[in-house]
Amino acid sequence: MKIVVSARTDGLEADVDQRFGRAARFVLYDTETKSVENVDNQQSLNAAQGAGIQAAETVSRLGAECLLTGHCGPKAFRTLAAADVRVYTGAAGTVTQAIDSFLQGRLKLAAAADVDGHWA
Amino acid sequence: MTVAIASGKGGTGKTTVAVSLALSQTVPLLFLDGDVEEPNAALFLRPRILGSRPVEVRVPEVDAARCTACGACSRACRFHAIVSLKSKPLVFPELCHSCGGCVLACPSAAIRESLRAIGIIERGVSGSIRFAHGRLNVGEAMAVPVIHALREDDTQVGLTIVDAPPGTSCPVVAAIRGSDMVLLVTEPTPFGLNDLMIAVGTVRKLGLPLGVVINRSDSGNDSVRAYCGREGIPVLLEIPEDRRIAEAYSRGIPAIEARPELRTRFGLLHRRLTELAAPEARELGVGAAS
Amino acid sequence: MNVREMVVVSGKGGTGKTSLVGSFAVLTQSAVLADCDVDAADLHLLLSPAVQRRVEFRSGHTAAIATGRCTGCGRCLELCRFGAIRASVPSRETASAPQKPGFSVDPVACEGCGVCVDHCAAGAIDFPERLSGEWFVSETRCGPLVHARLGIAAENSGKLVSTVRRQARDLAQAGHRALILVDGPPGIGCPVIASITGATSVLAVTEPTISGEHDLLRVLELCRHFDIEAAVCVNKWDLNPEASARIEEAARVAGALLVGRIPYDPTVTRAQIQARAVVEIGGPAAAATRKVWDAWLAVAS
Repeated sequence: MKIVVSARTDGLEADVDQRFGRAARFVLYDTETKSVENVDNQQSLNAAQGAGIQAAETVSRLGAECLLTGHCGPKAFRTLAAADVRVYTGAAGTVTQAIDSFLQGRLKLAAAADVDGHWA
Repeated sequence: MTVAIASGKGGTGKTTVAVSLALSQTVPLLFLDGDVEEPNAALFLRPRILGSRPVEVRVPEVDAARCTACGACSRACRFHAIVSLKSKPLVFPELCHSCGGCVLACPSAAIRESLRAIGIIERGVSGSIRFAHGRLNVGEAMAVPVIHALREDDTQVGLTIVDAPPGTSCPVVAAIRGSDMVLLVTEPTPFGLNDLMIAVGTVRKLGLPLGVVINRSDSGNDSVRAYCGREGIPVLLEIPEDRRIAEAYSRGIPAIEARPELRTRFGLLHRRLTELAAPEARELGVGAAS
Repeated sequence: MNVREMVVVSGKGGTGKTSLVGSFAVLTQSAVLADCDVDAADLHLLLSPAVQRRVEFRSGHTAAIATGRCTGCGRCLELCRFGAIRASVPSRETASAPQKPGFSVDPVACEGCGVCVDHCAAGAIDFPERLSGEWFVSETRCGPLVHARLGIAAENSGKLVSTVRRQARDLAQAGHRALILVDGPPGIGCPVIASITGATSVLAVTEPTISGEHDLLRVLELCRHFDIEAAVCVNKWDLNPEASARIEEAARVAGALLVGRIPYDPTVTRAQIQARAVVEIGGPAAAATRKVWDAWLAVAS
């Protein structure tokens, strides 16, 4: 399965970026092939509004089934849900640690956004 | 003639001046309160409300049967208000600017526009003054469509006074565009001067003639007067700080009722505004954009 | 680290937000300060900031018609819903032969939707990014200040406000400061919403007038709408003690917490002229301001 983790830099040893919408990067990890792909989120960082939506579109287009992140706002959450991406919040540490936590069932499946939107 | 009363800083006395100007006139008059986020003029003019209409904006509605999830709508939208993923597009109405781009982009004619209410326009009369104000629904972000809807009521009979919102950005621009004259109300303090300079920039960018009213004129320092002098901006009225005016204001009583002698001064103000708004004055650049 | 974000708003303009925030900043000395009243920013006038960073704020786009490529078909004029397309009349001075009608974009009216750009058959419309303003990070005697200047007649949809808040949050994390103090804008529209969403506590400053009460209730309704705890303080209360009591009761009924009253005091303006906060000078307003700050700090959780 394809897992996306919001990250501050590239690679499996990067720190998890606690924010989803304005995360610096996304690390895409395929559990079957063990391949790692680094995806830039610069567009969303610069986005005037709807950064969370844009980031969600990016994640959806990568074919991810699961997203691991710190927190996720309402517009992003709604978009991810519509794209059938399962959101797990509370990820911390490095990307590898987040993936391990997830695979061991230690991360919480989010039923809703866990932070307010930043409007605009 | 349409006169807009604005300011950079809030609380300088826009509504006080606008209401006093309106009450001191005998010509047929239309008063528009364009501060749709916090409309206060009605507290002073106490109009009898005769009618109202909702302010509605268009938002996209997708027909799932026709939609092929091609994503064209999503790509066309610069505001992330419509997002197309696996199936039927998601709409975020609060982000929509009602530009119609998604409707035009859809190759399957699957998008139509429905109306969403964001505020209300109320119309009424106060004595011989025709009155209208707009009120943005609490929680809605965009004031500008409500201000545009309000200004549609401007039927150019005699004098129209527009009470603008505080600030210097898009809601103020929407309130003052196309007026013949802008009166900026300020106070003689550092905050007053700072915000006046920004407001002057906005009015000049719109190419409108402007004049200044200094309220609570003896309460601060001289820098506002000095600035207006340097910039060739006419100071059309100075109102000294007056506890009677402040107390009356706190109770919703217009200034010229608390101090009837102000009536003459506002009558003179109207005359000066008419002079400054006249086409000849604009050509000479008197009090106008530099 | 848990960072508290305390935002001061008013509903009605001119009630004394910025003066209060200036004093709070002096009293706490440990906050990151953010001036979110981006179209009429005044907080810097009390804090004598030394600008450390200056960043251009680019937001959205503005259409621009390249007259050389324009065929004069007028499709842009048909499609624009914002009245931003003008038909330009050939100038009497320069036309020696009949000219085709041209079109131009009014950049103030342009909403940046891109519809004209996408549907111009001649591809004659450019869509450059819009320079909408700039924001600054400055050092002050009370701590770091993030502030901004919106471009003249620019769109103030809250985007620059969100940018200022984000920078303040980053600074707070990086500098291990646990408090962000925000000077908010008047009104209840986008810039105010962008200032208060996700805040720990909002303080609504009002005045004892009928307008003040009317506007306060709307801004309190906004806070309830976004599920944010609100505190209320009546400034210049002694100008009308009855009205002050009435407003406080109305605020209580609306679910807000009362954190005190401040008397009218000409020292506030005197301090402003000296580019200082009133608590740095003294007087009745200064004493009351200290109490309000302590009370608000106690309830902001």
